[in-house]
Amino acid sequence: MGIIRTENLSYVYGEGTPFRKVAVDSVDIDIDEGEIVGIIGHTGSGKSTLIQHFNGLLKPTSGKVFIDGEELFADKSRLKEIRFKVGLVFQYPEYQLFEETVYKDIAYGPKNMGLSDDDTDRRIKETARLVGLGPELLQKSPFELSGGQKRRVAIAGVMAMEPKVLILDEPTAGLDPKGRDMILRMIKEYHAEKGVTVLLVSHSMEDVAKTVSKILVMNDAKVFMYGDRSQVFARAEELTSMGLTVPQVTRVFDRLRAMGVEFSDEVFSVDYAKDLVMRLLKEKGDVKVD
Amino acid sequence: MIKDITIGQYFPGKSVVHRLDPRVKLGLTVLYIVMLFVASGFLGLGVGVIYLLLAFLLSGIPLKMMLKSVKPIVPIIIFTGILNLFFISSGEILFEWHFIKITTGGLRTMIFMASRIILLICGTALLTYTTSPITLTDAIERILSPLKIIHFPAHEIAMMMTIALRFIPTLIEETDKIMSAQKARGADLDTGNVFQRAKALVPILIPLFVSAFRRAEELALAMECRCYHGGDGRTRLKQLKTAPRDYIALAVTLLFLAAVIVLNIFVKI
Ligand SMILES: Nc1ncnc2c1ncn2[C@@H]1O[C@H](COP(=O)(O)OP(=O)(O)OP(=O)(O)O)[C@@H](O)[C@H]1O
Ligand SMILES: [Mg+2]
Repeated sequence: MGIIRTENLSYVYGEGTPFRKVAVDSVDIDIDEGEIVGIIGHTGSGKSTLIQHFNGLLKPTSGKVFIDGEELFADKSRLKEIRFKVGLVFQYPEYQLFEETVYKDIAYGPKNMGLSDDDTDRRIKETARLVGLGPELLQKSPFELSGGQKRRVAIAGVMAMEPKVLILDEPTAGLDPKGRDMILRMIKEYHAEKGVTVLLVSHSMEDVAKTVSKILVMNDAKVFMYGDRSQVFARAEELTSMGLTVPQVTRVFDRLRAMGVEFSDEVFSVDYAKDLVMRLLKEKGDVKVD
Repeated sequence: MIKDITIGQYFPGKSVVHRLDPRVKLGLTVLYIVMLFVASGFLGLGVGVIYLLLAFLLSGIPLKMMLKSVKPIVPIIIFTGILNLFFISSGEILFEWHFIKITTGGLRTMIFMASRIILLICGTALLTYTTSPITLTDAIERILSPLKIIHFPAHEIAMMMTIALRFIPTLIEETDKIMSAQKARGADLDTGNVFQRAKALVPILIPLFVSAFRRAEELALAMECRCYHGGDGRTRLKQLKTAPRDYIALAVTLLFLAAVIVLNIFVKI
């Protein structure tokens, strides 16, 4: 059994008012430990609502959620424990910063866990390094930082709690391509280093494709499919019809394959595509590559 | 908790009540309040109840919402009820123990006042349920606009109200979001003594203030970029126009008011 499992999970906003909205509709998923999963879907498809169930911030209208085999809301006093196990980084997390210094803000989570000062200090230093915040920034006020730096501080604040599951809701929203790549690389490194489960919510296929290994597609409050990248991208037409796109490189290579060019592998990122093409060309000896 | 706040919540609809001219609706609400305060007995309040039920039925707003609007003021009702019960001594004594004395007069006043407050809240709630805040401030601006002659800043005040109302839901949503985010970091808002709880609010209030200021600044900038410079010479997209239904509603309301006054004079309960 996986680390995150849901049984017939549904959530309704504004039950009994004219604004009633089913945001999550009978969702059954099972995510294995150590996986890095992308959750994608068009805007309003229920991604943010779904993930807020995984650490007990939202109580299911019906259905069940199990984390590490334990049912949420079976025992309310355990919720806080669960929140330490499942770290959730919200959309635009920089708006939650409040402390005088970056150091203290990252310390908020670990302090709430009741860790000793030494432990907290070690974790702050480690996560600061992971997210690429230099030691000179730690004593600055978080409000003096740039948008991208603030974002990384906020993410570090959750990473420092060393949760078994890290969930990030649109961590790259509103950043420039460079900032975006930096955050995605950082998430990948964190996953590789800690071996924990990571869920990455996004509506950019390009972002998801180059970061994760499995993809969960949400459509109109339902799970459309959950599978490996290549399985998901194989259904390009259906994805397009729900307003999602397969990454451009993947499409280019699919077309090339259809035209009879042999590739050993699926292609999800431009960098990998470049390597592949260079290798092929070298093999064929058509060009001189130095 | 925060989601239970219904005051100022608007339920879109197409009923007669929704379509009344907001200026007239505001006037009707004032008349209704006058009705409640003029009524000196339970029969008079009964007329108010009939008027309120009629309006609710016409509006198509579920009666449940009426009860919901009363929920936040229950403590006030209980508090004034207790004061009335213990401090008004007239009529027969029902119960006496040391200095506590409960009289029929006190009991009557308690029930009368509680009914009046509940009717007041339900009636004004219906106004906000059926009128969008923007329309409402529009109406207020129009009603106050004659005062512009004496340099009363009617437009500016209406604009401030519009903006304030506009941002209430945004701020509630924002508070919810920030609370969730800090809870995800292990914030504990529900346990501990008063001081611990107050301290636990800091991580919520600071980001909230920061974002409120940021929003205010952005909004001011955006308004300036679109050449907003106060109300002089502004025309409006939606002109308010009265229709026959407005006059009918006004006539019916005046009838009810007259009924209350007549009851006051001829019936003493
Ligand atoms: N607090 C709320 N109250 C009422 N309805 C809500 C609330 N939050 C979300 N919804 C509705 O629930 C649906 C799902 O919203 P959700 O935020 O989960 O979508 P999402 O997939 O995260 O979208 P996005 O990509 O825009 O972040 C939407 O239709 C939204 O309007
Ligand atoms: Mg979202």
